[in-house]
Amino acid sequence: MHKLSRATLSLNGLGRCLIAEKYVSTIKITSRGFVCAEHRDESGKNEVYDVIISGGGLVGSAMACSLGMDPNLEGKKILLLEAGNKKVMDKVPDTYSTRVSSISPGSASFLTGIGAWDHITQMRCKPYKKMQVWDACSDALITFDKDNLEDEMAYIVENDIAVAALTKQLDSLSDNVRVQYRSKVVKYAWPMPHQTADSIPWVKVTLASGETVQTKLLIGADGPNSMVRRALGIATVKWNYDQSAVVAVLNLSEPTENNVAWQRFLPTGPIAMLPLSDTESSLVWSTSHRLAEELLELDEESFVDAINSAFWSNENQSELIETAGSLFRSALSVLMPSAGSPRQLPPSVAGISPKSRVMFPLGIGHASEYIRHRVALIGDAAHRVHPLAGQGANLGFGDVACLTKLLSQAAFDGKDLGAIQHLLEYETERQRKNLPMMAAIDLMKRLYSTNAAPVVLLRTFGLQATNMIPTLKEQIMSFASK
Amino acid sequence: MYVNKFGRLMFGLYSRNTAAVCGVVQAQRAGGRSGFSWTAVCRQRTLWLRRSASLESQHHTVPCHMSARSASHSTVDPDEVRKFQSLASKWWDERGEFAALHAMNDLRVPFIRDNLLNEHRLGHPGKPLAGLRILDVGCGGGLLTEPLGRLGADVLGIDPVGDSIGTAQVHTAFDPDLRQRVSYRACTLEDLSEEEEHGGGRYDAVVASEVVEHLADLETFAFCCGHVLKPGGSLFITTLNKTNLSYALAIVAAEQLLRIVPSGTHDWEKFISPVDLERLLESNGFSVQSIQGMLYNPVSGAWSWTNSTAINYALHAVKAREDPHTEQAEESTADTHS
Repeated sequence: MHKLSRATLSLNGLGRCLIAEKYVSTIKITSRGFVCAEHRDESGKNEVYDVIISGGGLVGSAMACSLGMDPNLEGKKILLLEAGNKKVMDKVPDTYSTRVSSISPGSASFLTGIGAWDHITQMRCKPYKKMQVWDACSDALITFDKDNLEDEMAYIVENDIAVAALTKQLDSLSDNVRVQYRSKVVKYAWPMPHQTADSIPWVKVTLASGETVQTKLLIGADGPNSMVRRALGIATVKWNYDQSAVVAVLNLSEPTENNVAWQRFLPTGPIAMLPLSDTESSLVWSTSHRLAEELLELDEESFVDAINSAFWSNENQSELIETAGSLFRSALSVLMPSAGSPRQLPPSVAGISPKSRVMFPLGIGHASEYIRHRVALIGDAAHRVHPLAGQGANLGFGDVACLTKLLSQAAFDGKDLGAIQHLLEYETERQRKNLPMMAAIDLMKRLYSTNAAPVVLLRTFGLQATNMIPTLKEQIMSFASK
Repeated sequence: MYVNKFGRLMFGLYSRNTAAVCGVVQAQRAGGRSGFSWTAVCRQRTLWLRRSASLESQHHTVPCHMSARSASHSTVDPDEVRKFQSLASKWWDERGEFAALHAMNDLRVPFIRDNLLNEHRLGHPGKPLAGLRILDVGCGGGLLTEPLGRLGADVLGIDPVGDSIGTAQVHTAFDPDLRQRVSYRACTLEDLSEEEEHGGGRYDAVVASEVVEHLADLETFAFCCGHVLKPGGSLFITTLNKTNLSYALAIVAAEQLLRIVPSGTHDWEKFISPVDLERLLESNGFSVQSIQGMLYNPVSGAWSWTNSTAINYALHAVKAREDPHTEQAEESTADTHS
């Protein structure tokens, strides 16, 4: 029985029970007999928060900012728990960091709304106006750009800068939002779905320091290996791609108006060059584990050569594909003479920033449920994608925007924030957006992972045709920009 | 609320009710629109629970039994709490028997909130109803009382059924936010109204949601509401209309066929049309501001506003202000502001 085991623990004097408030409560338990020990909230130590966000990364911090700035949630107690240290950036470092994200215009307007975008633009971010995606096995290519190259398509922001900007914004919201750094969670205790008289109806979070906090709504933003998700036992559809991504910061041979994002699909995986400044770009090369390890071990010169040849060489193209490709292109140009774009080559690479080569494994994951009673998952905890489309962070920000809007409305209607009704709405809305995107990315990855002739022909025709249809391209861009 | 006993209490028919418990249970089997009292069944169930709990406790070893009784220093007695447990799961089970009432919050909370914001022009962000005192008549398990408390108002919920009040108190006890603002009392509106000082009115708003169709004497109800309200205070009522359609849908379909509502909850004779209700309220010093029809969709389990008041409707009335001159002056300033 629960109460008996508590008494035993107190009698044995286990370490955990000897922390101040637990010790006092165990005395109370032994003196009172078998009174239900959960009426403990008058002790004041088990503080009840309205929302606790577990995980202070990009998406978790954005969620905290978003909730803190919402007028309907003013006066609610919000806590952000982050296991790492506080990331303060007084001065932007000269070197670029290796992990970057592509921020779509939709995400940028969301970040403007929470006041973090100003900090980001003041620190460092690089807009790009055009994106060229082409095949290594054929001549097919597709370019995305806004009309006349006037507007930005998206922005490349270093992850460190984004997190520092959000941290700075959180500092200004300290009356609403409390942030606890170096707080690792060791245990979650879930409430019963129906409130009974002798059980606490809130989610209980136990930290490594022994402190416990309670909350009416727990938001899990703790990354692809989410502890919240595992503790809830939510089934996840996931598999590891046989790929790892190698990231590095590249120095270009000569300064250029670096506002194009380049991605080439090699049979081993896509290689992408994302602009960081006029002289530097970020490399994201997804390839097999073995190749990735080899790349890491190469010396700088060989690595640079490998990158340049990956972007420039045509060794993967066979005669058959070339002829078929050019035939198809001429056929299409008869139908649509003005469409299509000339192929450009990315800038050549001269060197890499020292100590900036890193690799990490890739996988895909999707939680079958985003929510439970009093719990919601956002960001990579709910869905994890391949970086080839640059959508991981954007999907996460989309989750944040949607959940904030629903919580704000629920608070204005006087509802319990952890009630399942609006959490279900969040899950439905986000799954409708996330699943098609994830399916499309996975499909792209599989389509381009082979150099078997029929598949290559298929994707060549598909890519060329899509390139020639402006409305279709616009649809794709708007889908990816939300 | 499912408080058929409410009206009877007002006439002191209490004793007749308790005696009729056994007879009433048989009447339930017979079905139909007999004046069946849901709360009478509750009383019987709690009597049964008390009996079985005492039987159980006799089987326990003596030290346990004694310490459970004597050692509790908290405000809620564990024995009582166990008794409420079966009822608690009924009131607050969002998919249970009171599911339709939980869903109705989506309509009635915004209705109350927006009309109060119009009247009072408060608008503290985060706590829009802060500073207002609201009385929830026939609060039951506190389904409507809690959301109003979360919006910042000081709410008192009253209900003659002590068990429901107990459930409501237990549910609110865990939330530190609500504990300060929401309180409950097991009493009737008449009792409360008698306690008011002569001529005084302390509440900014009175909410009587799904109550009016369970009362025997509406005149007294309207009078008491007027008594406890401040001048210019608001009265919010949601109830059912007395039409053929409401009989077909609310009694036959909802209670007997689809079982959305426990059988015998409503007595069609007690339904009142909005016109009659309006006349009654206006003769008691209220001015009806708006009446809106509500419709329940049993498939989706959701309520929506509708033009027709044929089945359910919500009504907002305002108690007349004292001084007609002040009222005119306020009207003209309102005009210049708008």
